[in-house]
Amino acid sequence: MTTPDSPLHEPQLALHVEDLTVGYGGAPVLLDADIDIPPGVMAAIVGPNGSGKSTLIKSCLGLVRPAAGHVRFFGQRLAQARARVGYVPQRSSVDWDFPTTVIDVVTMGLYGRLGLFRRPGKAEREKALQALSDLGMLDYADRQIGQLSGGQQQRVFIARALVQEADLYFLDEPMAGVDATTEATIIALLQRLRDQGKTVIVVHHDLSTVKRWFDWLVMLNKRVVAQGPVETTYTRDNLRAAYGGQLAVLDPADHGLAP
Amino acid sequence: MSPLLTVALGTALLGGLAGALGPFAVLRRQSLMGDVLSHAALPGICIGFLVAQERSLPALLAGALIAGLLAAGLIQAIQRFTKVKPDAAMGIVLSTFFALGVVLLSYIQHAGGAGQAGLSSFLFGQAAAMLSSDVALLSVLALMTLALLAIFWRDMKLVAFDRDYARALGRPVDAIEALLAAITAVAIVAGLQVVGVVLMVALLIAPAVAARQWVDSILPMVLLSAALGAGAGVAGAFLSASARGLATGPVIVLVAAGLVLLSLVLSPRRGLLRGRK
Repeated sequence: MTTPDSPLHEPQLALHVEDLTVGYGGAPVLLDADIDIPPGVMAAIVGPNGSGKSTLIKSCLGLVRPAAGHVRFFGQRLAQARARVGYVPQRSSVDWDFPTTVIDVVTMGLYGRLGLFRRPGKAEREKALQALSDLGMLDYADRQIGQLSGGQQQRVFIARALVQEADLYFLDEPMAGVDATTEATIIALLQRLRDQGKTVIVVHHDLSTVKRWFDWLVMLNKRVVAQGPVETTYTRDNLRAAYGGQLAVLDPADHGLAP
Repeated sequence: MSPLLTVALGTALLGGLAGALGPFAVLRRQSLMGDVLSHAALPGICIGFLVAQERSLPALLAGALIAGLLAAGLIQAIQRFTKVKPDAAMGIVLSTFFALGVVLLSYIQHAGGAGQAGLSSFLFGQAAAMLSSDVALLSVLALMTLALLAIFWRDMKLVAFDRDYARALGRPVDAIEALLAAITAVAIVAGLQVVGVVLMVALLIAPAVAARQWVDSILPMVLLSAALGAGAGVAGAFLSASARGLATGPVIVLVAAGLVLLSLVLSPRRGLLRGRK
């Protein structure tokens, strides 16, 4: 039995969140969340707008200071596990008119390990090009980021996380407003990562694809409503508990819903 | 060195210094913060005068820097502890500090006394008063700024583009932002004597906005912005010397604004005339 003060706490889990409460000055956005995600799964975090999905990711990454609770990655605190955790923020969180190129943005994923004085060299460029190639964006390496479509922007952001060579990836709404090609490319890549044993955690808004794409599910509505393997978690009762009245909008009978 | 050459060298250094830092203010959408820092410096200058009991430059500049940083801290605090939006917080703090500065200024002038006459030059600047010792100080500041930009270049770029991601990578975001704020505040305070608290922000923003029109990468943008700022400084110094009674600081700002206008219209990729025959 390990306690939160042990050097390794719940090391068998890729992500362990316990008693996490987050508020921005007012009412809590996330209340007493306990979440456990095993390694090697592709997990979706779903929930209605304002249910705390992005807040959960941001507090795991130390971008938002929680009022209470703790988070461990593979049993370690964020400070020790930082290099093993990759992050793809929402595309809309940056100014795409920023004066820089695609390859430059992807190389930013390596800044963490380069430190202050080592300059990105040939090896770093190779890594960045490989990641771009994995996402079908090799031809765009030297383009201005301002010239990219929404789907291409998203792929650049994912390439930037890919070069981190992390063991766990957080993606915040990667499918929001992207084209079908991008969607297929991203899903294929994420599933490949999962098959390599990496853990992929995606904030997702499209319930119709949960069953098809993911094998683990966390349902949020300020509190954790349900979590576990998709087959047993994606149920009508859980959906109703998470979405309440909004469920009418998405009669999901034909989305492979368990009874 | 002739007085005009001293002034031109000083304004060139100041323009280059502000121009090099401007892109970070503009790209981080912190342009208004420059305006806050400079306006908020006025009460600091007055208090520096009252404490030193004379027009001692170190006392005035120290006061300016402290007041500017105090204003910046106050804005941070308002944002953290209230629901007031950043632009409103900046507007309130800027005008309050400036009002306090004007009140103190009028009090000092009314009270009279030695050396108070030069104090109001901080409102719109007085480049002609620049000494070669000021130029030496500006050179040191410019070199220091250059060194800091070179050392922390990559992190500054990353923080300007995507600070949340920088934080997620474990980069020291708070320290980088504090460093940027500090060197920007020092550059602004250095420019107060020349351009004045009211116009100083133009020297920070205008070259950066103009430079962005011509280049698509941040390193060229910083270099071009610094060059345009220096150019505006020199041109302003000579233009204002060409006729009687032209204030140097405002002329520099007008030259910089002219560069912005030209760039907005003529830039091949982003200009208003692009694609028209």
